[in-house]
Amino acid sequence: MTRDPIGLALSIMNRISGNPLLDRFGLRTPLEKSAYHGTRAGFRTIALAGREFNRVRNWLPQTRLPARKQSDLFDLTLDDDQQMVTDSLRRLARDVLRPAAAEADETGRIPDHVFLATSELGLPMYAVPAEFGGVAEQQSPVTSVLIAEQLAWGDMGLALAMLAPFSVAQAISRWGTGEQQSRYLPAFCEENPPLASIALDEPAALFDPMKLATTAIATEQGYRLTGEKAQVVLGGQCDLLLVAAALDGKPRLFIVETAGKQLQIADDAGMGLRATGAARIRFENMELPADALLGGDDFHYPAFIDQGALMRCGLAIGTSQAVLDYVIPYCNDRQAFGEPISHRQSVAFMISNLAIETDSMRLLTWRAASRAETGLDFHREACLARLLCNEKSMEVGSNGVQLLGGHGFVKEHPVERWYRDLRSVATHHGGVHA
Amino acid sequence: MNLEIPVKFVPIIHQAQQVAREVFRPISRKYDRAEHAYPKELDLFASIMDGMNDGAADGGAGAGRLARSGGHGEAGNRNGTNMKTVLGLTELCWGDVGLALSIPRQGLGNSAIAAVANEDQLKRFGNTWAAMAITEPGAGSDSAAIQTTATQDGGDYIINGEKIYVTAGERADAVVVWATLDKSRGRAAIKSFVVEKGTPGMSVERLEKKLGIRSSDTAAIRFENCRVPGENLLGDPEISVDKGFAGAMQTFDNTRPVVAGMAIGVARAALERTREILTSSGLSLDYQQQTWSLPAAARELQLLEAELEAARLLTLRAAWMADNGQPNSREASMAKAKAGRVGSQVTLRCAELCGSLGYGETELLEKWARDSKILDIFEGTQQIQLLIIARRLLDKSSSELK
Repeated sequence: MTRDPIGLALSIMNRISGNPLLDRFGLRTPLEKSAYHGTRAGFRTIALAGREFNRVRNWLPQTRLPARKQSDLFDLTLDDDQQMVTDSLRRLARDVLRPAAAEADETGRIPDHVFLATSELGLPMYAVPAEFGGVAEQQSPVTSVLIAEQLAWGDMGLALAMLAPFSVAQAISRWGTGEQQSRYLPAFCEENPPLASIALDEPAALFDPMKLATTAIATEQGYRLTGEKAQVVLGGQCDLLLVAAALDGKPRLFIVETAGKQLQIADDAGMGLRATGAARIRFENMELPADALLGGDDFHYPAFIDQGALMRCGLAIGTSQAVLDYVIPYCNDRQAFGEPISHRQSVAFMISNLAIETDSMRLLTWRAASRAETGLDFHREACLARLLCNEKSMEVGSNGVQLLGGHGFVKEHPVERWYRDLRSVATHHGGVHA
Repeated sequence: MNLEIPVKFVPIIHQAQQVAREVFRPISRKYDRAEHAYPKELDLFASIMDGMNDGAADGGAGAGRLARSGGHGEAGNRNGTNMKTVLGLTELCWGDVGLALSIPRQGLGNSAIAAVANEDQLKRFGNTWAAMAITEPGAGSDSAAIQTTATQDGGDYIINGEKIYVTAGERADAVVVWATLDKSRGRAAIKSFVVEKGTPGMSVERLEKKLGIRSSDTAAIRFENCRVPGENLLGDPEISVDKGFAGAMQTFDNTRPVVAGMAIGVARAALERTREILTSSGLSLDYQQQTWSLPAAARELQLLEAELEAARLLTLRAAWMADNGQPNSREASMAKAKAGRVGSQVTLRCAELCGSLGYGETELLEKWARDSKILDIFEGTQQIQLLIIARRLLDKSSSELK
């Protein structure tokens, strides 16, 4: 487009306002400066002091958790274990995550006491089979979804940060070779489990997780990895990354131990989920050993993606439920025209619809997860659940802000944060695995 | 947790599917055109349905069995009559909604009788095909505002008033009529009466011509000094504080999931046919996680299917709760609201996606798009459902949240 005189004037003004002289005369506030630099920092090459994972000499045979036996009858009740996990995580979400969420969003990091409280929970242990020190006895995507739901009720960003290592442990339990399981899984059951994350999304519009631009080429020693990953949860701090890349045109996952490697990392903070410390990571001909390729012949990338979708849905449901639980008392308290605004159908019906759609998402996701858990095909169900969550959870987020009006737009209430977090449901694929 | 259909219901689903496919579909267009003609093909099917009900050890299925199943008997998880009836009606409406509504002895009146009748009345009316007469020219969703009166005269009641939109009102053997014993006493005075066909003073004024479900007769019925015996009053004859009316309204907690199931049936029919048509015209319809790179029609179908699946699971949940004796008023309304609107959304969009094929009478798509609309209206409109849900969520009375 050609520049007309007005455009030209605006452009000159813009350049003046960006002039460093403004800073010299103290005309720009410090906060504005930090925002300016934050977005311009670009890639830095960082050597992470990540932990070492030693090759195991006498590794255990590859373990695959059995599917749960399907019950005969339709049943929506949680079993005792599921109920216990749900209850304890709901308490954590209410007492620890929710109160810490605003600060975590503001500072872009997980407060220490949250980190401590969640470490004590030993979440990754639920992903690891007993042989490797965990407590998992069978596949449990339903429990994973319930965990995501409860944590995201507290805060989706903190939930994602907590679920990243859990998800890597799940993926290695589900897909890893015996050697890989023996090398990595016991670490997830220690007091200080490794920080780990799944790097999948790429900085491209219409990104399709089935079509990766990141590639791995087989070499004599192993693989050579090239590409760029976006929105990697805990990206700058991980000991371990699972990186999705195309090998001979087929998508696979590669285990990258960050210790001793030079990683090109850039801050990739987004609209929401700011507690996750999201980062861009660029791989330029990174050499990986032959055993970095996750799993063997039974690795099934589409199922891996579907397992991630289940978890994403769990997060969407949790935050949507948070919106619903928040707007009900608010609209009952808030007075307008001499009565609570909830006495108006235009308000009340929006709340009815929030409840209908939140339960819609929940039941669709539970069905997909329950099918996955009992070893049934769940691709269709996971795709349907994900699409519904993409559509409805953003609607819930938007209407949540709308119901609070101007109060919804300011940070005095959490709904504006939930609005930002819920936008990620449809845009993100990586980071999680049920 | 398990959200799959239990194996024990596979036979009844299969049976209903056969009826839908072999009995309903072939005559579906015929009775859509020949509005008000009696579909005699259904008499045979009714006896099959009766046989299914009588023979079933677990209480059978159907309108007359709802509500009696839940809450008692052995402990633990139950999948019973409510779920079974939802599943059966879903399949039948996959065939034809109007014909499903015309099955003898499966009227809404039967559900009302099942819900509030005493043992003696159950014996007398259990085998009667009963329609339901609530709506009046001046009272639709506001059923407490009905004007039809029942005046006690000795041991009898004299009924006067006009009822409209009585589904199967002409064909049924009897009509369950809502009337007030005393207009000044409000909803507590509203009682339901079984009025058998041929009772003097009761006359079918006309049959409505409709947008859809044309094979189902929708009658306007006048009651002029219509005398019914006192034993035909369902439930408690005393004017008690709201209890009787609330009980009658509770009938809907059990019938709403069934109507939701009907919407799911007709919507599934449209979706399946649209998939066939679009696939045969060369569109690939795989399920994808990233749907924005798909052709618009393929993405829309995946979304419609997700919406339909959500409606289906909400409906199964409501029925499952009823089977297990859990209060499900909110969930029943959620199911009805979701399924009602999804039924219209899916059938209308399918007609659109198939273009002139979808609009023309060579396919049934245009018919399904007309039939589905009633399911978002009767047994409580979309708006009434949202009102019920909101009152429960917000803990509001009907005088606060109007």
